[in-house]
Amino acid sequence: MIMNWMKLIPGSRTRRIVWAVLILLLCMAPLFMTPFRLGLFTKFIALAILAVGLDLIWGYGGILSLGHGVFFGLGAYAIAMYLKLEASGSSIPDFMSWSGINALPFFWEPFRYFPVAFLLGILIPAALALILGYFTFRNRIVGVYFTILTQALVMIVVTLFVGKQEWTGGTNGLTGYRDIFGFAFQDSGTKIALYFITLAALIIAYLLCRYIVNSRAGQVLEASRDGENRVRFLGYDPSRFKTFAFTVSGALAGLSGMLFVLQVGIISPSMMGIVPSIEMVLWVALGGRGTLIGAIIGAVVLNAAKTGISEAYPEGWLLVLGGLFVAVVVLMPSGLTGLWNRIVRIFYRQGGSEHAVIRKEG
Amino acid sequence: MRLRSLMTKGWAISLVCMVLLSGCLSEKEPATTTSGSNTQAATEASGETIKVGILHSLSGTMAISEVSVKDAELLAIEEINAAGGVLGKQIEPILEDGASDWPTFAEKAGKLLQQNKVAAVFGGWTSASRKAMLPVFEQNNGLLFYPVQYEGLESSPNIFYTGATTNQQIVPSVTWLLENRGKKMFLLGSDYVFPRTANKIIKAQLEAEGGQLVGEEYTPLGHTDYSTVITKIKEAKPDIVYNTLNGDSNVAFFKQLKDAGITSKDLTTLSVSVAEEEIRGIGADILEGHLAAWNYYQTTDTPENKTFVEKYKAKYGSNRVTADPIEAGYTAVYLWKAAVEKAGSTDVDKVKEAAKGIEFAAPEGKVTVDGDNQHIYKTVRIGEVGADGQFKELWNSGEPVKPDPYLKSYPWAAGLGE
Amino acid sequence: MEMLILQTFNGLSVSSILLLIALGLAVTFGLMNVINMAHGELIMIGAYSAYVTQNLFASYLPKSWYEGYFFAALAASFLIAALMGCLLETILIRHLYGRPLDSLLATWGVGMMLQQVARFIFGAPNVAVTSPSWLNGGLAITSTLVLPYKRLFIMALVALVLTAMYLYIYKSASGRRMRAVMQNREMAGCLGISTRHVDSLTFAIGSGIAGIAGCALTLLGPIGPSIGTYYIVDAFMVVVLGGVGKLIGTVAGALGIGIFNTLFETYTSASIGKVLVFACIVAFLQWKPRGLVALRTRSLD
Repeated sequence: MIMNWMKLIPGSRTRRIVWAVLILLLCMAPLFMTPFRLGLFTKFIALAILAVGLDLIWGYGGILSLGHGVFFGLGAYAIAMYLKLEASGSSIPDFMSWSGINALPFFWEPFRYFPVAFLLGILIPAALALILGYFTFRNRIVGVYFTILTQALVMIVVTLFVGKQEWTGGTNGLTGYRDIFGFAFQDSGTKIALYFITLAALIIAYLLCRYIVNSRAGQVLEASRDGENRVRFLGYDPSRFKTFAFTVSGALAGLSGMLFVLQVGIISPSMMGIVPSIEMVLWVALGGRGTLIGAIIGAVVLNAAKTGISEAYPEGWLLVLGGLFVAVVVLMPSGLTGLWNRIVRIFYRQGGSEHAVIRKEG
Repeated sequence: MRLRSLMTKGWAISLVCMVLLSGCLSEKEPATTTSGSNTQAATEASGETIKVGILHSLSGTMAISEVSVKDAELLAIEEINAAGGVLGKQIEPILEDGASDWPTFAEKAGKLLQQNKVAAVFGGWTSASRKAMLPVFEQNNGLLFYPVQYEGLESSPNIFYTGATTNQQIVPSVTWLLENRGKKMFLLGSDYVFPRTANKIIKAQLEAEGGQLVGEEYTPLGHTDYSTVITKIKEAKPDIVYNTLNGDSNVAFFKQLKDAGITSKDLTTLSVSVAEEEIRGIGADILEGHLAAWNYYQTTDTPENKTFVEKYKAKYGSNRVTADPIEAGYTAVYLWKAAVEKAGSTDVDKVKEAAKGIEFAAPEGKVTVDGDNQHIYKTVRIGEVGADGQFKELWNSGEPVKPDPYLKSYPWAAGLGE
Repeated sequence: MEMLILQTFNGLSVSSILLLIALGLAVTFGLMNVINMAHGELIMIGAYSAYVTQNLFASYLPKSWYEGYFFAALAASFLIAALMGCLLETILIRHLYGRPLDSLLATWGVGMMLQQVARFIFGAPNVAVTSPSWLNGGLAITSTLVLPYKRLFIMALVALVLTAMYLYIYKSASGRRMRAVMQNREMAGCLGISTRHVDSLTFAIGSGIAGIAGCALTLLGPIGPSIGTYYIVDAFMVVVLGGVGKLIGTVAGALGIGIFNTLFETYTSASIGKVLVFACIVAFLQWKPRGLVALRTRSLD
């Protein structure tokens, strides 16, 4: 039975055992963490889902997006709208009445139903990524031009969300909900359940991205990162593969946002802004881009470091964290994964060329 | 092949280490792992000290304002400790950084209540940060003292509001302006919740009291070019600009207003977010003659204020200034102390009960906690900026005004809150 | 009519400010391909340099000299920011050439640290720089149409910086070396140009111009530890919209964004105006994927 289950995990036998032990350990996490720490850990895992998606397009597609905060935020808002409507009962959400509207705007109506809100939380970011990706990649906007374009997208969406206070809650964002399906977020039981749901979502996201990366589409994606024109000469249309990867990435960011809201209990435009969007890229860079597991590790480690350092040095943590970024980029060009591989190589004195781990820039 | 598997193993090992590390982190905290109920987060302090949380933005764009409030709160704690503490115990402040980011405020509030089990938290500045923290405090039955004037329409059983609500700042100042400075008003604010809600109230009031709205503009937070807005103000020809801009935008607006040839003699402006601290960052020469509405100025003439200003400057430097939110933060600590001493305990419910009707001789004059809505009675003051960067009081309400966050005593405000 | 003139002037003024903050980035990012996220913090350093210079003048020099502090401040801002840039290049950026995205991450970290350092040194609240009295007021064309001297001064300053940059890059021997290194590093090295030296110098110049921008912005805006964050995105938009690597493109980008921003803001609100401008940038890049003025090249990636 266990062996059958383990066959789901790809790779060699040792690899399978290692993974099984790892997942088992993660499943036991609630036993040795306070509810508060477990909540934080769940948040980190939720963010890791976004990191995996970001790595798919950056590490494998060579496309750097500084706009993933938007996709994250759209997913988060979808589920927050559902929770807000639930919390408000029959009346309209409190911020709407402050802002002077008396009826629920029509586009809020679908969010009364959880399945709809859940689907829209994935579909809206995916659709936005699809539309943006379709035009942008078809018009061959590449490299830093694409990166800046995603920043413009961030500015547009954030300014709109802040400005349309009567529809979105403005800078306050959406907060003030306590339970889902009658389970209070505060209860340990709910927290543990959320932890497992989030963990499962991360594993599914990881396996999905792994499948994509190992598929033929993934190989074309990687090839177009290393030489887009050559791929084109071979008769493939790189923009299609890029659009596909970008859409998947957007959907995963939406999923991540939804799980984030369930854990943190608030979403505001500040979470969609330029700064969080850049931080998301840092997770992937620190973990090691081009390896999916690196993205996960980067997201968890960096967020844990941010929390830990800011708790330990509330007045000087920016210095420490900033210094950490600089050190990582200079000393570990391919992130934690690269560092590990290097250590292993030195240990075995194989001195294999670095090219295997350092990926070409987009 | 061996190399490969070792790499994989390495990954697994590091992940395991990570999980264990988080486990270790949690072991340092009080052992409450198995307890299901967190409702008594802020329980009786059993140790040598009583822990309180200080939660302000120490980094990010809001740090320009919030760091000074943190300083005032620490000063109050230091004074209380020097005088023997509370209930014979020393107060131990635990500092956290909200980083100008609302989800971070919620996270850190949770940490203070659940991990550190603090008896009370002093913190927040923006309405958004308070709204983010509110559910955390209600779920954990914690106690938050919020020290800044805000847009009202709120009254959480777990929050004490030591800054002004609308009827202690905005409403009386609009009445005063209409009586003394003219009828045509232009509303200018940053694009977020406080200005939009405040302006909604002002519009209702203008209609009821015979004022006229000639323009309304919102600029994004952090906006630094006001040339177009100033052109629009010139076109609208108002008597008064009612300014609810936030932080840095005020600097840009007033500098550029002066350059456009508009001085306080040509146009009355009244600001609700420009205090002594902000004047120091804009320059007194630029703001001279402009108005503000607050409950406290550094020049407020009470014996308590004299000692407060002296102590603040002695601790943080003679070039520092005190301002309304700074004073409200300082007062908050003393109000909490008084309530704890009256209750004889730091238990949240007992402290809340004891706080009803508590009086304190604050630097701004006598303040009283309103038992119904946990706001405090405050004196309203309208001041004019002088050449030295200090306010000259033009008008005050004479006595502390009863807080009315939902503006129930104003007929024209019916329907605004709900 | 008056409003039209005033708004045209405002549009040009906004453009000149955008150009000033983007010019330094046009060098470090446009020419050197370093995505310098600490550019905003270099602007902040320029602003604080002006503040310190003003205080030094006020406390150590005769009162009659005070009015001239602004020129000293401009020079000081340039030098201090350039020094900072030189330091940054030597310690950090030199390890990152050819890895533009890594330079983004590292300079982001540097920016965080500089903000915190500024907070430690100058305190978290904003500080005030009193502008010299000869810049107060404005050129009155009619009784209601006033063109502020400060905005005119910034326009003149931008023109001056731009001319100086043009002369340096395209007319001087040092500038020729700079262009050679940026176009083909190996070949330039083979021809005996010290690429290390040129890199440092170029980065220092770009940073210095950011410092000047910071100093000039004290006339109009706030001076605090996190002011860099207000300008950084706009600066990148200008450079990218104009086309990376071309000075004339940066000028065109600034003019485009500045004028359209003012136009939209006049007829809508500041928020909606901003949204429209950024939407236009997204749409424009679809049409011209390499910016307004594309660098012509025959190379394929």
